[in-house]
Amino acid sequence: MTKEATLEPELSHPMDDLLRMDRIPHIWCPTCGLGTVVTAFASAIEKLQLGLDDITVVSGIGCTGRVAGYVKIDSFHTTHGRAIPFATGLHLANPKLKTVVISGDGDLISIGGNHFIHAARRNVDLTVICVNNFIYAMTGGQVAPTTPLTANASTMPYGNFEQPFSIPYLADSCGAVYVARWSALHVRRLVTAIAEAIAKPGFSVVEVISPCSTLYSRRNRLGSGLDLMRFYHDNCEIKHGADTRELAIGFQEKITVGKFIDRDRPTFVESMNNWYGKVFGDEYEPYEGSVK
Amino acid sequence: MPQDLPAGPKSTTAKYWRKPLDADTVKVPHGEIHIVVNRCKGCLFCVEYCPREVLEISEDFNVKGYHFPEVSKDDACVNCGLCEMLCPEFAIFCVLDEEEGGGEG
Ligand SMILES: Cc1ncc(C[n+]2csc(CCOP(=O)(O)OP(=O)(O)O)c2C)c(N)n1
Ligand code: SF4
Ligand code: SF4
Ligand code: SF4
Ligand SMILES: [Mg+2]
Repeated sequence: MTKEATLEPELSHPMDDLLRMDRIPHIWCPTCGLGTVVTAFASAIEKLQLGLDDITVVSGIGCTGRVAGYVKIDSFHTTHGRAIPFATGLHLANPKLKTVVISGDGDLISIGGNHFIHAARRNVDLTVICVNNFIYAMTGGQVAPTTPLTANASTMPYGNFEQPFSIPYLADSCGAVYVARWSALHVRRLVTAIAEAIAKPGFSVVEVISPCSTLYSRRNRLGSGLDLMRFYHDNCEIKHGADTRELAIGFQEKITVGKFIDRDRPTFVESMNNWYGKVFGDEYEPYEGSVK
Repeated sequence: MPQDLPAGPKSTTAKYWRKPLDADTVKVPHGEIHIVVNRCKGCLFCVEYCPREVLEISEDFNVKGYHFPEVSKDDACVNCGLCEMLCPEFAIFCVLDEEEGGGEG
């Protein structure tokens, strides 16, 4: 033990104001990328100059799902796969709130996959930050619908033979209006993407490729999270506007990152108000939320 | 060094930073690094990706048993904030050194 280590006064970090400090240190493993994603999210709120009462976070279950428990804003840790329907209700009750879903690839794309595609189809005004670590991390490394072909998972001990989803392609095909993918290493671009996604009316998706050192990396003998960050550094290729059909991720192959979709389409509430306005004319009072 | 975390070459980070054309005339901001030693879990993200190689990993352990970063080059920090952004433990941050009069950079 050194002087620095023992005499270091308990410094306050700028992030401390945004964290539930009674729950810090968080449970995430050394070299896990999730803490970095939280900082990127906080920086995006700051960039947008949003008040902490203007935004809310909804998570499902998983290592990523714990984000809701760590951010010091109104946040909800819901059941597995149900972050999007919960967030949809929250948004409809108070559409003025910026409602952000932060959850894992398993939670959002596997058990929650149906909610994901329908929220995209209806263009519900939500921002979804999907942390893709290619695996069900919290429960011990089971295969996810995002696990690359041939990668090892506890339920694919000889390597994965199931074709994975490409999250940007799925989001695009279902009608999302904003779709981007970055890695946890591209932290500044990630902040910009999260800020753009939050500002965008409609269903926005930011996929974050993030190291899971303990399950994905260890099972596949890829080293620490730092080794995965180095891998992203050397193998991520930025291609804005790339055709989302070409964004599949192979095991330890090139990862295309960038902003792929940014288009306009009426949101769920806009469509409803437009339609009922046409059907009922002046009798219809446009819906603006039930919370005043 | 912790066994499972090779120190690794820093060469790959150089690509992130081009030298701006006006680098000789623009005043570069100067930052002061603060490390909440006992929060660190020794991931080395900050050490690896600092564009100025300001940080190095300590030989000593913090209370959790991890090697933490230390400032190895005084006055070299340009307050870019990358270490702060990348740190998954909210353990390192930089503050603009006003006396050095940054801000124009
Ligand atoms: C209904 C239900 N089924 C299964 C589980 C077990 N479970 C908890 S987290 C999880 C997977 C999480 O994977 P992901 O969303 O990718 O999060 P990660 O831990 O990788 O961040 C599962 C299957 C559960 N909690 N509830
Ligand atoms: S199991 Fe993986 S995703 Fe979960 S905290 Fe550990 S490194 Fe992160
Ligand atoms: S602020 Fe930038 S230059 Fe200073 S130590 Fe951190 S990464 Fe290095
Ligand atoms: S990035 Fe944070 S946790 Fe990782 S070594 Fe640096 S200070 Fe420690
Ligand atoms: Mg996962």
